[in-house]
Amino acid sequence: MKLPVKMTINGQMYSHEVEPRLLLVHYIRETVGLTGTHVGCDTSQCGACTILMGGQAVKACNFFAVQCDGAKITTIEGLAKNGELHPIQQGFWEKHGLQCGFCTPGMILAAHQMLERYPKPSEEQIRHQLEGNLCRCTGYHNIVKAIQWAAEQMAGKK
Amino acid sequence: MYAFTQHRPATVRQAASLLAKQEEAKLLAGGHTLIPTMKLRLAGPKHLIDLSKVEGLTGIEMRGRSLIVGAMTPHVEVQTSPVVKENFPALAELAGKIGDPAVRHRGTIGGSIANNDPNADYPAAALGLGATIITNKRRIPADEFFKGLFETALEPDEIITKVQFPKVNKAAYVKFPNPASRYALVGVFVSKRGSEIRVAVTGAGANGVFRVSAFEQALKKRFGVKSLEGLSVPADGMASDIHGSAEYRAHLIGVLARRAVAAAG
Ligand SMILES: Cc1cc2nc3c(=O)[nH]c(=O)nc-3n(C[C@H](O)[C@H](O)[C@H](O)COP(=O)(O)OP(=O)(O)OC[C@H]3O[C@@H](n4cnc5c(N)ncnc54)[C@H](O)[C@@H]3O)c2cc1C
Ligand code: FES
Ligand code: FES
Repeated sequence: MKLPVKMTINGQMYSHEVEPRLLLVHYIRETVGLTGTHVGCDTSQCGACTILMGGQAVKACNFFAVQCDGAKITTIEGLAKNGELHPIQQGFWEKHGLQCGFCTPGMILAAHQMLERYPKPSEEQIRHQLEGNLCRCTGYHNIVKAIQWAAEQMAGKK
Repeated sequence: MYAFTQHRPATVRQAASLLAKQEEAKLLAGGHTLIPTMKLRLAGPKHLIDLSKVEGLTGIEMRGRSLIVGAMTPHVEVQTSPVVKENFPALAELAGKIGDPAVRHRGTIGGSIANNDPNADYPAAALGLGATIITNKRRIPADEFFKGLFETALEPDEIITKVQFPKVNKAAYVKFPNPASRYALVGVFVSKRGSEIRVAVTGAGANGVFRVSAFEQALKKRFGVKSLEGLSVPADGMASDIHGSAEYRAHLIGVLARRAVAAAG
């Protein structure tokens, strides 16, 4: 039996009827059509599917869409404003924080949450906060630099 | 994933009656254990009873000399709660080391304790602090709650509503995380409450979380690292897998117990 769900994704309201077993990440990718949120594993460990829900970074592959009725969600598509990249996105560009890019949307949203909590994170803090996000390409060094770059930019803007 | 019917009760009573009535029903808390196992088709409940709308299952408070944590309280709230940090710093620290930030936003203390994963952190805290598991039916001392791998004293239609921790004089938790999953390869929780000493070990036992009475007796004479000198845990009865042999785990128990006692001060 399908159930109705309504949620706001990147400021826009969506409303569908879905099966209870539909995962949120598949809802976002296939029903809504926002494919920037990735699926990198089936064990809930890689963090490629990280989104912000009610301001918290969570793994979209570990929710049923029906659990998120009424939720406010931000995906990677929602970060750039008026065609201008968010400083964290810009940081990944400037510091070469990606290679294949598969982990990047999740990394950026995890970093978004991190910089809200720790506006001036130490390298150790950055690495600790990224423990739920796996990257198979970069070796993480440039990801750390990208987040440090973004932190500086964001501090400058305040 | 197998299909299921979703239920969203508003009270513990409704949840319990659904659990009793529906065949192959399971409670859904944070879903950070249950959903991964459903994705892999290792679990295929026909009915899922979502606890997220059930009233009265969250919250943290001191009541007298006990800390009460609602079953649906996510790890991040225990980690950051001023009440927990002040009265049970070891518990706040333990919660802050579970998994990763996204897991801590969703995983709950009730789900972790009900699941009794042999490598999970909260079972060590519950046993190491002498907690009481409060359900919709009764109060179960931690010493009688954890029954083996993923096995607990919970009856099929029993729901954890709260976990109660008695205040202790000293406590610390030291974990050797598996670098890939961050679950405990071995974790040791020690506490001192008057003359009662507890040393609880997760990750190592072939049968799940357990207490080390030899260490407890030694620490009872004097609570200090020196008291543990020369003591060890036999490899017999330890888990052994690709992550570590039984001998290695037994060795880690000694090392981590000494570190935990030092940290507890
Ligand atoms: C990537 C990853 C890393 C993790 N790392 C760690 C770690 O380092 N340490 C650690 O300890 N854990 C770790 N976990 C597990 C995490 O803490 C889980 O959230 C927790 O074990 C289960 O809690 P939950 O709320 O998600 O429960 P759920 O998955 O919703 O439920 C788990 C089980 O408990 C039952 N249940 C839930 N609530 C109740 C209740 N109130 N009464 C009775 N039964 C109930 C459910 O029916 C189910 O069988 C990790 C998980 C993931 C995905
Ligand atoms: S897809 Fe890997 S954690 Fe969600
Ligand atoms: S850039 Fe390829 S996985 Fe991270």
